[in-house]
Amino acid sequence: MTDIRAASRQLAEALQKHRADYMEARLEESRLSHITYRGRELESAGQSTAVGGNIRALVKGGWGFVSFNDLNDLPDRIDRAVKQAKLVGKEKSQLAPVEPAVDNVSNGKDVPLTIPLAEKKKLLDEYNEIIWRTPQLQTSVIAYGDSHKKTVFVNSAGSYIEQPRTDITLRISAVAADNGEVQQAGLSLGSRGDFNAITGLHKQVEETAKHAVELLSAPQVKGGEYTVVLDPILAGVFVHEAFGHLSEADHIYENERLRQIMVLGKKFGGKELNIIDSAARPDLRGSYKYDDEGVAATKTYLIKAGELVGRLHSRETAAKMNEKPTGNARAMNYRFPPIVRMTNTYIEPGQGSFDDLIADIKEGVYAKNWFGGTTSMEMFTFSAGEAYMIRNGKVAEALRPVVLTGNVFITLNNIDAIGNDLDMNQGGGCGKGGQYPLPVANGSPHIRIRKCLVGGS
Amino acid sequence: MERILAQAKKVAEEAEVFLVSAEETPVHFEANRLKHIQGKQSTSVALRIVKDGRLGYATGTDVSDSQSLVNNAVETAKFGTKARFELPPTTPYPPVDIFDPDVESIPIEQMASLGEELIALVTEHTPDIVCEAGVEKETIVLRIINSRGGQAEYKKSVFSIGVVGNLVRGTDMLFVGEGQSSCHPLADVGEIAKVVLRQLDLAKNQASAPTKTLPVIFSPEGVASALISPLMAAFNGKTVLEGASPIGKRLGEQVFDTKLSLTDDPTIAYRPHSRPCDDEGVPSQRTPLIEEGVVSSFIYDLQTAAMAKTKSTGSASRGGGLPVPSPSTLVVAPGDTTFDEMLKDIKEGLVIEQLMGAEQGNILGGDFSGNVLLGYKVESGKIIGRVKNTMVSGNVYKLLKEINAIGSQPKWVGSVLSTPDIYFPRLSVASK
Repeated sequence: MTDIRAASRQLAEALQKHRADYMEARLEESRLSHITYRGRELESAGQSTAVGGNIRALVKGGWGFVSFNDLNDLPDRIDRAVKQAKLVGKEKSQLAPVEPAVDNVSNGKDVPLTIPLAEKKKLLDEYNEIIWRTPQLQTSVIAYGDSHKKTVFVNSAGSYIEQPRTDITLRISAVAADNGEVQQAGLSLGSRGDFNAITGLHKQVEETAKHAVELLSAPQVKGGEYTVVLDPILAGVFVHEAFGHLSEADHIYENERLRQIMVLGKKFGGKELNIIDSAARPDLRGSYKYDDEGVAATKTYLIKAGELVGRLHSRETAAKMNEKPTGNARAMNYRFPPIVRMTNTYIEPGQGSFDDLIADIKEGVYAKNWFGGTTSMEMFTFSAGEAYMIRNGKVAEALRPVVLTGNVFITLNNIDAIGNDLDMNQGGGCGKGGQYPLPVANGSPHIRIRKCLVGGS
Repeated sequence: MERILAQAKKVAEEAEVFLVSAEETPVHFEANRLKHIQGKQSTSVALRIVKDGRLGYATGTDVSDSQSLVNNAVETAKFGTKARFELPPTTPYPPVDIFDPDVESIPIEQMASLGEELIALVTEHTPDIVCEAGVEKETIVLRIINSRGGQAEYKKSVFSIGVVGNLVRGTDMLFVGEGQSSCHPLADVGEIAKVVLRQLDLAKNQASAPTKTLPVIFSPEGVASALISPLMAAFNGKTVLEGASPIGKRLGEQVFDTKLSLTDDPTIAYRPHSRPCDDEGVPSQRTPLIEEGVVSSFIYDLQTAAMAKTKSTGSASRGGGLPVPSPSTLVVAPGDTTFDEMLKDIKEGLVIEQLMGAEQGNILGGDFSGNVLLGYKVESGKIIGRVKNTMVSGNVYKLLKEINAIGSQPKWVGSVLSTPDIYFPRLSVASK
């Protein structure tokens, strides 16, 4: 640790002297461990350490960026970043003003994980044992990973911020096979340093394995439009894909036509719809005190009562759109510059219970859990890990996993009921601009969407 | 490196040190303008040991810190899986050309003007399109040494250019794009622009797709976005070994249409994923996966091959963890039908260029379902416009059993796949 602290102090001084409009540096030290099972056997256990950093320079609106593992020759690297920025810069640099911060963020739950490898393995052994008790199960994959990272951020305005981060992920996938047919079901969890979040899952693991087998005999849904009810986990993925990405200002700020579409006050959904992104909500995988530009985290309403009221910013996008910075510039690690990202994104709870939501659906689809999701901003798709038909107000037969798709300008308007049971999904990782998987959380209560397009036979 | 190996040999029966270092220079354009220039230096060293018959593994970024690497590897070896293979001794490697010194010496200014030229060609055609573009050069040096005297080393250069354009009309968004990469410097952006302009021309009008089963042509990009991931999971020796591959027990059997042949070939000169040896130091070889519809081989690394009682196909790849089997460069053998001949054959159907979300379903089982991000409606042998709000669904194994035609013009998609268009008689389409 002394290592990167000393280098940061040296950098902090050097950055002050430099002739760029703005400069910053981020140094990082991390320790990771992973355990993977494939089938009955442990496949891989490993530990890794990394030290690295980057320097970013802004000159006349152009950015230069260098990243490195080697902490020697830092003055040369500063020169290189400035030189690159000068090659790019042709206009005026714009950054939203932010008070410099000097802070050493306390560890809280972000302490290095002291649980011995043997204990982690014991827990995974128990889960694997449960999976393998399930008849017709062909194979399984269990992937556990934890990381502890310490970052030091300094900039030319005098900020000096030390922040720790501990992240834990567990992904379990059970594969059933019969007669050349292969089906899988999965479970994906994570936490901000709390190992207890992944213990005691024995029952869920058992259900996951059983579900994989159940899918072998499940039919595929007939493709077409349905009334769809999403569980909190899948609705969280939906809000992240369908709306979250479009609210990232870096897609919008230099695209005149998109700016016209995404004007504040535009109506996207019904009066009950509120969507929030908040890194300030504590102890989730997307939580932090400062983003990777040293801007303090905020709670940002993206949609309030169905209307667009805010978006996610870096210092540059905020300045260029004349809005306030929101502290959403994040980088995967030291090898990347920060870009506008989501943190903890969720739909605020409404009134109804799950039973209310499905009560008057004659034929619909209940989609739960997630495989993944992606967006092109206007169109998005997200896939459910589990799906059931809803018939006459009741959850009926299981279906093969379904992929749902929609158009952000239509689908959010088709949400006609929002449940009262907000839950946050911590098992996801977000990808953008080659930076994947960035820890995020997303969540929602159960929601109902009319006229949702479902792919099928 | 030698010091790490020597220290590891003191505490373990076998050891292998893998070092990769890279210098990347990406030049990036946003909103049709040069936005940032980056310089990325990275080093990663990995130590794999066999101690008491078990595998231990550790990685780090500091080559001089051999002690923590060895300690970390020893700690994990207590729980590691049993090593079932032997590290390769010193072996001759096939000559595979993957380094061109001209890549390193291209000045950043020249990379910037290539990007500007490319964007200019696209915006001249469609003035209100907003482009992101990247021009990137990279030099990679890789070295492997092991306790059986095995040694492998190579240097590779990669140059790539890509562009994505976003055209907004009302709330309608159109995305077009193309990219190329090589171990040589690329100097002609005209070819890349040509692909993008064709997409813009074909997508100019909108057309609607019905909800029914239709004949479909997958363009090379379409093939990549829908069909390749499930096949790669199925041909992976690990999936086969676990019994989770739908084709795992069908080696030597006719599973696909006889028109289909697919090869994994890491020996093609100057392709970004080519290499003389894999990430365990096993010599590269061409591996036919499908020969005229018959499943002819799976891909293996050392450990998986030993467990399956077969030989490594030189397909080990490392993504930060232990080596796993992974394809290098996939080549679909071209057929004899032109794209226009395929079109002429269709009364009502689709051309799919880009499918979004197809890789999120039950990949192992081969089911896919995706939103047609870029695709065109075909009526009476002609493309009449772009389709939207349309999903297609199918199963890769059912689809590849019956192919109408394979195109005569193969194209590189990204850096890993060369394929022509593939024309299928029927695919399920849902639209609103």
